[in-house]
Amino acid sequence: MTVATSHRHRKVAEPRPPLALKQSRLPRWTLPVLALVAVGAGCGIGLVAGLDSTVQWGLIAALLFVLATYLLTTAVEGTRQAKDRLATSAVWTAFLLAVVPLASLLWETVARGTKVLDGYFLSHSMGTLPDALPGGGVYHAIIGTLEQVGLATLIAAPLGLLTAIYLVEYGRGRLAKVVTFFVDVMTGIPSIVAGLFVLSVWILILGFGPSGFAGSMALAILMMPVVVRSTEEMLKLVPNELREASLALGVPKWRTILKVVLPTSIGGITTGVMLAIARITGETAPVLLLVWGAKTINNNPFDGAQQSLPLYVFQQWQQGSDASYDRAWAAALVLIAFVMVLNLVARGIARWKAPKAGR
Amino acid sequence: MAKRIDVSGLNAYYGAHKAIDDISMTIEPRSVTAFIGPSGCGKSTFLRTLNRMHEVTPGGRVEGKVLLDDENLYGAGVDPVAVRRTVGMVFQRPNPFPTMSIFDNVAAGLRLNGKYRKSELKDIVERSLKGANLWNEVKDRLNKPGSGLSGGQQQRLCIARAIAVEPQVLLMDEPCSALDPISTLAIEDLIGELKERFTIVIVTHNMQQAARVSDRTAFFNLAAVGKPGKLIEIDETERIFSNPSVQATEDYISGRFG
Repeated sequence: MTVATSHRHRKVAEPRPPLALKQSRLPRWTLPVLALVAVGAGCGIGLVAGLDSTVQWGLIAALLFVLATYLLTTAVEGTRQAKDRLATSAVWTAFLLAVVPLASLLWETVARGTKVLDGYFLSHSMGTLPDALPGGGVYHAIIGTLEQVGLATLIAAPLGLLTAIYLVEYGRGRLAKVVTFFVDVMTGIPSIVAGLFVLSVWILILGFGPSGFAGSMALAILMMPVVVRSTEEMLKLVPNELREASLALGVPKWRTILKVVLPTSIGGITTGVMLAIARITGETAPVLLLVWGAKTINNNPFDGAQQSLPLYVFQQWQQGSDASYDRAWAAALVLIAFVMVLNLVARGIARWKAPKAGR
Repeated sequence: MAKRIDVSGLNAYYGAHKAIDDISMTIEPRSVTAFIGPSGCGKSTFLRTLNRMHEVTPGGRVEGKVLLDDENLYGAGVDPVAVRRTVGMVFQRPNPFPTMSIFDNVAAGLRLNGKYRKSELKDIVERSLKGANLWNEVKDRLNKPGSGLSGGQQQRLCIARAIAVEPQVLLMDEPCSALDPISTLAIEDLIGELKERFTIVIVTHNMQQAARVSDRTAFFNLAAVGKPGKLIEIDETERIFSNPSVQATEDYISGRFG
């Protein structure tokens, strides 16, 4: 009895060991070395087991690396640090897995696309060149894409912007909910459906012929919900205090929106519109249905068939000759570069227009 | 220029919730009136009804009369935008426009309301910044962004912005609660100067501040959480802090509240 009591007593009174602020740590070079070992082991296992795919080698190496760091850290630094390392390496692995296909896509396109990409390719159309012969170019497709995407932006950006302003600044009650619902529905419209819709209204019912403008209308349908959504989010980020400050100065609401709310969010809005443009630039299906494609230069988007870059890629691929494969890759590279430039411009504008806190 | 405000039978709602109940008071011109009271008692809501900012909040609704000299702010055909040009407001947190320079911030109220000549704007901006005791600190960087100033400077910038449109009444909603004692002192001095020209109403949680800056003090209270706020009494500041006529006021001021 006394023993038990004293034992219990001692247990309560026992001072906690002082918290160690310094703990044993793995040296800094451990992780890179482990990574190298894992890659080596992954390649080794792959070779020995006769796996064809290098992707499998990489996966094995990644798995080995994650496991090895976890076990080694548990042994040396303790479980909390080991879990931290596990999470860190899982994040890095996921990042690499996501980047590998993107990088390889870019590599492939650049490697194959530069073969025929030159000044001549950029400044000439296909004309009457037979598809099997080398030569020809994408000039007509570049013109077509620029005009179709430009027109689509002219239609969709103002409409989307105004819709977003309505939803954030004015929309209350039923109508706003209905508009939000339809914007959500529109976000999910497949591009071929948008194309078919314009085809049935514009070409089949109203009886117009194919034109760049018909394609622009379908592209605008695809672009609008993206613009509305991104603009809405950007407008919601503008602090309410700024609106109130402006209203309290006796500024009417419309001027407050125009002079305070929009300038504050213009960087984000521009980025959103640019990304929406980038998204529709690669659309093929509506262009195929409504613009039909052409081999010669047609500068007028309101009359007659035109070409566009994604459609050009598709059609050249369909021809199946070596020369047309080369042209398809080169045009794909031009398309990627076009979208990339748009994105860079968007980032530049966002940075340039962002509210500054400079002193 | 300063005007008298006469409030009678004023109720304000947020949707179905009644926030303030049947408030009547008179606010004297060229004086400072302070509103004190516990959180949630409707001081700020009442302040916002005085320049029709309450209805900017979704669901905000007002009943009753607010007479500015003899004109009812809630009368038929009264334009809230015109009301807000006459009754200016300074908010709790400094809120300069982030896309605008210091100069543009002060000029914002004028520029957004109409056309002004450049020289005229320059004069008004200088006068307003001097009026807000900020001119000497910012005169060399008028074209730098307003958000680069310190909190106290930003708040004085907001005051300069509010007085640039030459309102007749200036409402201040806890203008010092986000500021350090030195900036607070600067703003309190400024309030003392501004009352020569404007009718000033200030909401504050700091009773010493109310005692320091105001000529008259109104005490607001609420019966219970969720009940509407009421005006308990309004009197000379000296009276309120030495010998108030209502027991609840004395309890609140001497810290025996709750």
